[in-house]
Amino acid sequence: MSWLSTLKVALNALRVNKLRSMLTMLGIIIGVAAVITMIAVGGGAQARVEEQIKSLGANVMIVLPGSTTSSGIRLGAGAAQTLTEDDARAIGTELDEVISAPLLRGSGQLVAGNMNWSTQIYGATPEYFDVREWKLLAGRSFEPNELSGAAKVAIIGQTTARQLFGEDITPEEVLDQSIRVRRVPMRIIGVLDRKGQSSQGQDQDDVLFVPLATARNRLFGAPQGRLRRVSTIMIKVADGADMKQAEERIRELLRQRHRRQAGADDDFTIRNLTEMLQAREASSRVLSMLLAAVASVSLLVGGIGIMNIMLVSVTERTREIGLRMAVGARGRDILMQFLIEAVTLSLIGGLIGVALGLLGSYAIGNFAGWPTEMQPAAIVLAVGFAATVGVFFGFYPARKASRLLPIDALRYE
Amino acid sequence: MQATIIRASGIGKRYEMGDTVVHALRDVSLEIGAGEMVAVMGPSGSGKSTFMNVIGCLDRPDSGHYELAGETVESLSSDALAEIRNRRIGFVFQQFNLLPRTTALENAELPLLYTTMPRQERHQRAQRRLEQVGLGDRLDHHPRQLSGGQQQRVAIARALVNDPVLILADEPTGALDSRTSLEVMALLQQLNREGMTVVLVTHEQDIAAFASRIVTFRDGRIVSDVPHEAHDAAAQLQAARQAE
Repeated sequence: MSWLSTLKVALNALRVNKLRSMLTMLGIIIGVAAVITMIAVGGGAQARVEEQIKSLGANVMIVLPGSTTSSGIRLGAGAAQTLTEDDARAIGTELDEVISAPLLRGSGQLVAGNMNWSTQIYGATPEYFDVREWKLLAGRSFEPNELSGAAKVAIIGQTTARQLFGEDITPEEVLDQSIRVRRVPMRIIGVLDRKGQSSQGQDQDDVLFVPLATARNRLFGAPQGRLRRVSTIMIKVADGADMKQAEERIRELLRQRHRRQAGADDDFTIRNLTEMLQAREASSRVLSMLLAAVASVSLLVGGIGIMNIMLVSVTERTREIGLRMAVGARGRDILMQFLIEAVTLSLIGGLIGVALGLLGSYAIGNFAGWPTEMQPAAIVLAVGFAATVGVFFGFYPARKASRLLPIDALRYE
Repeated sequence: MQATIIRASGIGKRYEMGDTVVHALRDVSLEIGAGEMVAVMGPSGSGKSTFMNVIGCLDRPDSGHYELAGETVESLSSDALAEIRNRRIGFVFQQFNLLPRTTALENAELPLLYTTMPRQERHQRAQRRLEQVGLGDRLDHHPRQLSGGQQQRVAIARALVNDPVLILADEPTGALDSRTSLEVMALLQQLNREGMTVVLVTHEQDIAAFASRIVTFRDGRIVSDVPHEAHDAAAQLQAARQAE
């Protein structure tokens, strides 16, 4: 018997029992829709973490000052200002495989014309933009003489630029504008590309960069005796280099520079940001797999529904089976007929499930505001799984049908 | 000299039902030549149905030898038996056994689905057979839309569609009134006159009377095998129509 006529017979049998076929398919429909929606939700969460890693920059570590112990009282990270610009420079020169960028953090009011805006102000060196893989849309980065001379120049983030100069201004128009930063007049020499939210949900574009010396000497001042202190040092390790090893060497170097004795606590903290995000990515991947696994249980239940109905159908159509055998159907013709019926049920159910799943993930993305991301592989997987369920659970009833003896089947009442 | 279609010798078949063994057939031998119309009679339990199953290749005998149109059948696999049924035998059943919600044409075509014949040819042959049984204008009707007699004629068209060497009719009129029975018997007789071998299982004397040979079973054996002057179903039908 040809495939086409077998398929036709199967479709006909399903059409004859429309309501029953629909109810049977419902299990598969729900299962596939759930799998697809869950994979979309999980994929969305994963994509968001991946985006954060991308926005942070690859292989990034951060060195924070503190924690110090003074008279037995241990203070948290950042409590003391133990890091200096020279530490940053030493890390950069001692370790070939890293870029080291000192950062002095502060905030203040900006004024441009009749607009004003309060924002984060960072004293930085050009290395910072390399570490963060942050591009300039217009203008240029700081030059050596501007760094050493505490020049009154600034590089502006997208959000800050829009707040000061309006939504419609182009990056080129922002260049060479004068602004006052904590009442100090400065000239804008560069406009940064959009970076979006940080992993903590902060708007990273709401920012202004000035040369490190400018921040220290003209904006924030420095406590007595700690003239060259910085807030943090951002470090980027070259691709392919061992992050763990780099971290250890930086620790050694800083301990040596800070003259920490063996057994004393570090007076700084190194955080491997990339690694933290990767861990988060891994956990969101596990979560999405878990969701998909739970959803596929309903697929399994749907498969059992198919088996149940196919068994009923075989019993109901025993005479038909007998007749087909009498006129020349072999066991395998009957087997194929019922198997194709089961697979058709599960495949049609699977396709409807895909449509519902797409709709569902769209709805979740739109109304619940969760990030969802549809993966074509998930659709193929879910439909393939549905077909497998059809074959698996359809096989037993089909084989039962194919093993009937024609005389018994013909006499069946 | 007529060719022999059925050559059964020493056929035995028994069923075990719990502790007791039922001998459905004991050493049955029978030959049926091409072009014969044979009625197989006997009360229920006489073994006639079991014998039908054996000669219809639906069941294998426990002992004995059976040739259908020159082919030895009793040792074949069930797939090979399915093929023999498909090519050699046309079945007509008491309950018609048409597929519901399926057109007359598709019902008549059914045996051809299990061959490699192309679709176009299948349709043509099924249509030709339906025309032959007088249902050329009912091709698209479902069994529910047909009378009992028409349904049985669709079943006969289905039996003929593969050009079998033998039509096996198991109580073909059992579910029909006497007028419709006459119609069906007239059709079978006509086919027989055109050269088809027909074996007809019945327990009704009136129906068996249309055959030219009557074989009677009792307790698993053939107790009589006699030639018979066949009544003419078509003539009786004509007479019945005129009487109205």
